Amino acid sequence: MEALLAFWDGAFGSTFAVLSATLVRATPLLFVGLAVALAFRAGLLNIGAEGQLILGAIGASAVALGMPGWPRPLVVLCMLAAGALAGGFWAGIAAVLRRRFHVLEVISTIMLNFIAAAFVSWMVRGPLQEPTRVYPMSESFAAAARFPFLVPGQRLHLGFALGVIAAGCLWFVLRHTAAGFRIRAVGAGPRAAASAGGIDVSRVTARAFIASGALAGLAGASEVGGVTWALYEGISPGYGYTAIAVALLARLDPRWVVATAIGFGALEAGGAAMQRTAGVPAVAVQIVTATTLLAVLGATRWRARRRREAGA
Amino acid sequence: MSALALSLTDIHKSFGDTRALDGATCRVRRGSIHALLGENGAGKSTLMRIAFGMLTADRGSYERDGHPVRFASERESIAAGIGMVHQHFMLIPAFTVAENVALGGHGRFRASDAAAAVRRVGEATGLALDPQARIADLPIGAQQRAEIVRALAHDADTVILDEPTAVLTPSESEELYRWMRRFAAGGGTVVLITHRVREALGVADDVSVLRRGRTVLAGAAHALVEDAVVAAIVGEALPAGGDTPVNATDGSVVFALRGASVRDAAGRERLRPTDLVVREGEVLGVLGVEGAGQRELLRVLAGRIAPTSGQVQRPPTVGFVPEDRLEDAVIPEFTLTENYALAHAGALRGRVAWAREHDGAEQVVAQYDVRAAGVGAPMRALSGGNQQRFVVGRERQRAPEALVAENPTRGLDLRATARVLATIRELARTGQGAAVVYSTDLDEILALTRRVVVCFDGAVREIPPPADPTDRSPYARALVGTDA
Amino acid sequence: MLELLIIPFLEATIRTATPLAFAALGELVAERAGVINLGMEGAIIAGCLGGAAAALAGGSGVGYLGAAAAGLALAAVFAVFVVRIGSDQIITGTAITVLGLGVTGTVFHLAPALVGVGETLPTTGPIAVPLLSRIPVIGRVLFTQPAPTYALYALVPLVAWWMRHSHAGLALRAVGESPAAAAAAGVASSRVRALAIAFSGAMGGLCGGTLVLAQVGSFNENMSAGRGFIAIAIVVLGRWTPWGTAGAALVFGAAFALQYLVQSLGLALPYQLFLAMPYVLTLVLLATLRGRAVAPAHLGR
Repeated sequence: MEALLAFWDGAFGSTFAVLSATLVRATPLLFVGLAVALAFRAGLLNIGAEGQLILGAIGASAVALGMPGWPRPLVVLCMLAAGALAGGFWAGIAAVLRRRFHVLEVISTIMLNFIAAAFVSWMVRGPLQEPTRVYPMSESFAAAARFPFLVPGQRLHLGFALGVIAAGCLWFVLRHTAAGFRIRAVGAGPRAAASAGGIDVSRVTARAFIASGALAGLAGASEVGGVTWALYEGISPGYGYTAIAVALLARLDPRWVVATAIGFGALEAGGAAMQRTAGVPAVAVQIVTATTLLAVLGATRWRARRRREAGA
Repeated sequence: MSALALSLTDIHKSFGDTRALDGATCRVRRGSIHALLGENGAGKSTLMRIAFGMLTADRGSYERDGHPVRFASERESIAAGIGMVHQHFMLIPAFTVAENVALGGHGRFRASDAAAAVRRVGEATGLALDPQARIADLPIGAQQRAEIVRALAHDADTVILDEPTAVLTPSESEELYRWMRRFAAGGGTVVLITHRVREALGVADDVSVLRRGRTVLAGAAHALVEDAVVAAIVGEALPAGGDTPVNATDGSVVFALRGASVRDAAGRERLRPTDLVVREGEVLGVLGVEGAGQRELLRVLAGRIAPTSGQVQRPPTVGFVPEDRLEDAVIPEFTLTENYALAHAGALRGRVAWAREHDGAEQVVAQYDVRAAGVGAPMRALSGGNQQRFVVGRERQRAPEALVAENPTRGLDLRATARVLATIRELARTGQGAAVVYSTDLDEILALTRRVVVCFDGAVREIPPPADPTDRSPYARALVGTDA
Repeated sequence: MLELLIIPFLEATIRTATPLAFAALGELVAERAGVINLGMEGAIIAGCLGGAAAALAGGSGVGYLGAAAAGLALAAVFAVFVVRIGSDQIITGTAITVLGLGVTGTVFHLAPALVGVGETLPTTGPIAVPLLSRIPVIGRVLFTQPAPTYALYALVPLVAWWMRHSHAGLALRAVGESPAAAAAAGVASSRVRALAIAFSGAMGGLCGGTLVLAQVGSFNENMSAGRGFIAIAIVVLGRWTPWGTAGAALVFGAAFALQYLVQSLGLALPYQLFLAMPYVLTLVLLATLRGRAVAPAHLGR
């Protein structure tokens, strides 16, 4: 009981909780959730959001550390661009492997996750390591490379606002643009899309894959630019996998992803508080994630079976 | 032992709304070759799948060797001595012949024993095969032999063959018939599912004819006349009312094929070099059993596939109504508006003007009498007939000049069928544009047009309208290849 | 040089490869039946926990049994969703892994005594095989290992033989190529897939048990460290055959052991290179050798 109270307090109990804990933790989940939602909408199993996020973080960090003396807006902009490009590039590898060599993207993206982890491990012990060469992390970013806060005195940073904007943009693209329509068609009915719609399915899929990676890369850029202000290993404690739950629960709708990302952010914030105050481990939150996923899976099949039996 | 190896009585089987079998009966004598004839969709495969345990009947009785049975799985029927060679082979391409034959056994698997079994059956039946050969590497005829050997290796005394000669060359077919005769002479029983009347009468002892899920004719082969059998297959029903449009012959050319042929991925010629002209105001009827080449013909005309050789002339946009509506024509989860937009999705740029798509979809709904709760309803909420009318309407709007329809009335009830056909007839009546329509129902085609081509084994032949408009035998014969 | 560097390196290779090989063999059987078991990571960590708890209660032998049982239990949930309900394999597998990590992590924090944190668990140390361990080099490397390694020496040829020379193995492979064709031949496809998943879960559990009882000596949160996903890579690298899988496990084992070799040699090579190598190798192989042509035709569907 005490644990639940602590949980609620930690997630929503105070302005600090909401703004500095819940929403901040929701930010990377928001971006990665959008990435996964986009990929799934296009019929792609992108399990590589972890790796794409890491590459995004590396890209953004490289820019942040390599551009001293530039004005902040420019640095932040370049960091975001670098993050998106790096993430898109990483997904692009899997996209090429899928398109040219028919490699299942499930396997290739998982492999790329591991390679990304190794890459960042090397980066923070090598080229990007902090000057004293003691700790496996990069130097702290200069002030120009730190994302501005949205609310004075709180830790809510630019990344969250960007995430919400990204959600709106993604929704708009999917709903109102030709490219978005083609992505949805390819994911919902690849044969009809090719036959009735004259759509180049493999090209549309590849582009969606890269875009998905770019979104995940933005998550990485957002984390290093808005929260950690440095690069180190473990920048992503499994966001790529939680994001699958975030996306599925939101029924792959970008607008709802904002809500579910905040929900899972709250879970994490509450979990951390629960651990601090009541000693209930934060990792228990993972059980909620897993059961939610399984429940969604079960409900989907149940609904499909009901519809089939009704003779639709 | 009973005189009847298989006895199926009054079998009923439905798949959702579709009535596949509506009181079919089949009595197969032991030691005989029994031909099961009928058009596409008559229910032949369904009936035998029930006999083999792949499906269970909704109603009716089934006796095996005089004992009532109800097989819940293939395992049970195999154990009862029944084997089936499927139209689309159920072999594992990556496995060898021996491995495929041995599949389903118990205990220790000895490759040498399996190979010996293959050779043993091969010697006894004349169906020679290399046990170590991989199925994927074998030619079609050999693959089929492997399926037969597998059935026999499991000690089947009753073998069901589903359209076996569809994929064989004439000489391979002859070999197969020789095996069937030897097998029956030795006491085995063969059920041959086929649409080829001449072949059936040539090799079978008994014949059963199914039409629309019912048995319409059954008897000894030697007592039956080819024409009577053909008549039973296609039925005696006259075209359902309505005037047949007289086709204009002097309009400008809409479709033209010059020596166009199509080879599939395996290199087989699915459509032989064909010359064909369709003019404005014409409706061209296409007939053919499954795999006869009409699929390729239609898609070449519609511009969905390119001919492997030869030329095709067609308008820049051609409306296409494919047979598999839910997979190829529409996306069931999308709304009517979205499905309307789908037709030009490849060409759209920038923003999608949903208001315009909405209006376009509403126009289709109004013009083609589509019953729906509004264009915002998901496609899957519509009945099959309404879905089809929407697709036809969408394609007509997109390409007013040319329409190619593949079995457009498949799965539709009588009323929906009549409405779709009326839509197509309109096209010819207005005199602009041309339509090419494929159907497995001869009645339907003849109600639409006098100009008919029949596909058989990849060849396309035009059948001139017979002097007596109620005489349907020329078409029927061309369909089953008995007039070559 | 041999003494100081090569032999410890080879020993470490075998040692690191052992748990990987258990998990990979399990994953192999599942994938030959057409199922990608992404829940393997969950099965491994469950095995770690189960092994620790059971060993605490009844000794190391019971520990291994408990480990296998824990992995099996988690895999059973996976099987219900994938085989019975027909859910997507990938998403279900991810959920199972998250579930496993969540449950074990929670237990670790809430009831550490259950898994013997702070205590010494009854572990199994290296056992020297009587005569064979005297052979120079090979004796130390191959025959002075803990018991699970020896179990593998028997298990790999057993699985290989079973897959090629038993009808059950033939049926398994058939289901992974074409469940419809297998059914037409009288094989109970659903049951085969469920059993294959169960086996993979048990093996994942054994992997976890080996980690705890024969290597680390205690249970730690997240100690599976991605081995479940590595197992998937091993199966691909091993081209979906038992011996290939064993070999690929050795490759991964060597790659990880190589880091220490490189570090002790004082070479300037970043050890992460060796960390990433096996995965890069897998990708290259998949691309060039048309991995699709070697994988079971019905995998993942």
